[in-house]
Amino acid sequence: MRQWQHIIPSGAIAALGLWVCYVSFTQKPTQAFLFPRLISSVFVILALWTFGRALLGLSRAGTGIGRTMFLNILPGLLVAAVYIFWAAEALGFYSGSALAFFTLLSLYDPASHGEVKSWVRRIVITAGFILVMYLLFAKLLSVFTPRGLFF
Amino acid sequence: MEFIYYFGEVFTPISFMLLVGGTIGGLILGATPGLSPTMAVALLIPFTFRLEPAHGLILLGAAYTSTVAGGAVSAILLKIPGAPANIATTLDGHTMATQGRGAEALQLSFLSSAAGGVFGVLLLIFLTPMLAKWALAFGPSHLFWLAILGVTVIGTLDTNSVVKGLLSGCMGMWLATIGFDDIMGAQRFIVHPSLAGGISIVPALIGLFAIPQVLAMFARGRQPVGSDVIAVQKHPIGKAMREMTRRWRALGIGTAIGSIIGLIPGIGGQIAGLVAYDQAKKFSSERQNFGKGHSEGVIAAESANNAMVGPSLVPLLTLSVPGSPTAAVLLGGLLIHGIFPGSDLFDNHPDVAWTFINSMLIGQVLMCIFGLYVAGLAARVAQVPQYVMAAVVLGLAVFGSYSVQNSMGDVYVMAALGIGMFFLERFGFTAAPLVLGLILGPIAEANFTQGSMIADATDGRFSYFFGGTLNIVLILIVIASVAYLAWMEVLQRRQDRADQANEAKA
Repeated sequence: MRQWQHIIPSGAIAALGLWVCYVSFTQKPTQAFLFPRLISSVFVILALWTFGRALLGLSRAGTGIGRTMFLNILPGLLVAAVYIFWAAEALGFYSGSALAFFTLLSLYDPASHGEVKSWVRRIVITAGFILVMYLLFAKLLSVFTPRGLFF
Repeated sequence: MEFIYYFGEVFTPISFMLLVGGTIGGLILGATPGLSPTMAVALLIPFTFRLEPAHGLILLGAAYTSTVAGGAVSAILLKIPGAPANIATTLDGHTMATQGRGAEALQLSFLSSAAGGVFGVLLLIFLTPMLAKWALAFGPSHLFWLAILGVTVIGTLDTNSVVKGLLSGCMGMWLATIGFDDIMGAQRFIVHPSLAGGISIVPALIGLFAIPQVLAMFARGRQPVGSDVIAVQKHPIGKAMREMTRRWRALGIGTAIGSIIGLIPGIGGQIAGLVAYDQAKKFSSERQNFGKGHSEGVIAAESANNAMVGPSLVPLLTLSVPGSPTAAVLLGGLLIHGIFPGSDLFDNHPDVAWTFINSMLIGQVLMCIFGLYVAGLAARVAQVPQYVMAAVVLGLAVFGSYSVQNSMGDVYVMAALGIGMFFLERFGFTAAPLVLGLILGPIAEANFTQGSMIADATDGRFSYFFGGTLNIVLILIVIASVAYLAWMEVLQRRQDRADQANEAKA
C-alpha cells in the first residue's frame, strides 16, 4: 500500500485531534470542558504519534483502498449519499428508498442489463422490500416519515 | 436462586413470541454472510423502543445467541462463515458436508452450541449476582477507571494496532461529549444543528456496524453469485446425540475454553472457536482426522463460540464493561431504556435482569430445536446475492436510525459515522473501541465530574483518583493490558520482518 494512503487519514485525525484539544482548552465554562480536556490530551498525543509513524512510512495496519475497490464502491456511495442527504426528505422516505434500492440493484446486479427478465426481477424485489418496510415501520411501529414530493 | 422466581416471565405470550421470533430471525440472519451478530443486534435495537425493557432485551438476547449459532449453517453448507466466530467450524463442518454428512454436521453444530450455550448462561446466572454485590463497593473514581478499562481493553484487543485501537476509543469518548452539557449549560463541539442533542447511541451503533459492511459488499462490484448449497441428506438426531456424548472431551474443551474467553472482556467468539479447535485437536487421539471432516472439530468450535455468549455478559451486567462488541451493543440497548448495569439492575430492575437472563437459557434450547428445522431455509437465505443484501441493510439502517427520534439528523449522523468508519477500517482502525468510547464516555464523564467534586471537598483530585487499593488495581490492569498488547505487537512486527528477510533470501 502506498504511504500517502496512511498519511491522509492519520493527518485528518491529527488535525481533528488538534482542533478538539484547542476547543477544549479555550472554551468556557472551564468545568464543562474538564473531561474533554482530559480526553483530547490523550487523543492528540495518540493522533500525532500515528501521523508521525505514517510520515515515516512505518504504518502497517490495514489493507488500504485499491483503485478497483474504490471504483466499485463509488457508484453505491454516491447513490447512498444522494438518497440519505437529499432524496429521502425531498422525494419522500418511501419513494426515495424505492429509487435508491432499485438503482443499487441495477448498478450491482451482474445479470445483463439487456434482459427484460432481470429488470422485472429488480422491480419485484424493490416493491417487496418497500412493502415490508412500510408494514414494519408505518403500520407496526407507527413511524411518521417525511412525505416529500411523493410519499 | 432468585432467577427461578422470574422464570414464568419468559413464558408469557409476548415474551415467548419475541423469543421464538428473535431465535428464528437470528438463525437466518446469522447464516447470512456479511451480517455479523453485532450488526444484526444493532439493526434490531430500533424495534425494541416500543417494547417493555425486558421484552426488548429478550429480542436482542435471542438474536445474539442464535446469530452466533446460525453462522454455522453457511459455514457448513457454503464454506462461508456467517460470522467470524464460525471460522473454525468451516474446517471440518464443510468437509463433512462435501462427504454427504451435512445433516450430521448441522445437528452436531446445533447440539454442541446448545450444550455450550446452556453452560455459559448458567455461569452468567451464578457469577453475575456475586459480582454485582461486589460492584456496590465501587465509588465514582472506581467507576471512572472501570469505564477507562472497558475502552482500553477492547481498544487494545480488538485491533491490529494498539495505538489505533486506543485512538478509536478516544474518538468515541470525544463523540460522546458532543452536544449540550446539561449540568454546566454549555454547548460543546456543535458544528451542525443535527448535533445539538448530542450523538444518539442507536444511530451511531447502526452506522458504525452496518454501513461499513454495506460498503464492503459494494466493494465486490458486479460479481456473480458464488457457491451452491450442498444438498443435505436425512440423519437421525439420536445418532448425532450419541456421537456428541461419545465426543465428550471435545465438548468439554470447547465449553470450558469458550466460557473462560467469554469472561475476558474484548476477546470474542472468533478466538474462542479457533482456540477450542486447536486444543481439542491437541488432546484428541484422532488428531490426524482434524480438517478431514472430523466431528470433534465441529463440536469443539461450536460449543466454544456459544459458551462464550453468556460469560461475555458477566462483566457487562455487573461492571458495565462489555465482554464483546455485541455485548457493547446490548449495553446500548439497556441504556436507551434508562437501565444501568451493576447493582442498580439487580436491585431495582430484577424482573428485567432475570427475565433477560432466563430467556437466554430457554433461547439456547429453542435455538437448537429451530436450528435443526430452519437450517435448510437459512442456507437458502445465505445465498441471497451480496448486492441485494447491501441494499436491504442500507434501507434498514436509514429507516432504523430515523425511527429512533423521527429525526433526519440521526440519519445524517449514522451515515457520516458509517462512511467515516469504513475508510478508517481500511487503515487499521476498528469500530468496537469507538463504540465502547461512545457508550462508556458519558459514564466516565459523570463519574469523573462527581469524583472531582468529592475530591475538591476532601483530599484533592490526585489522591482521590490515584489512591486506594481498588483504584491502584484498576489502573495497573489498564496499564498491564496496554503494555502487554503493545509488547505483543512489537514481537509480531519483529517476526514479520524476520519472515520477510527469510523470504528475500530464499
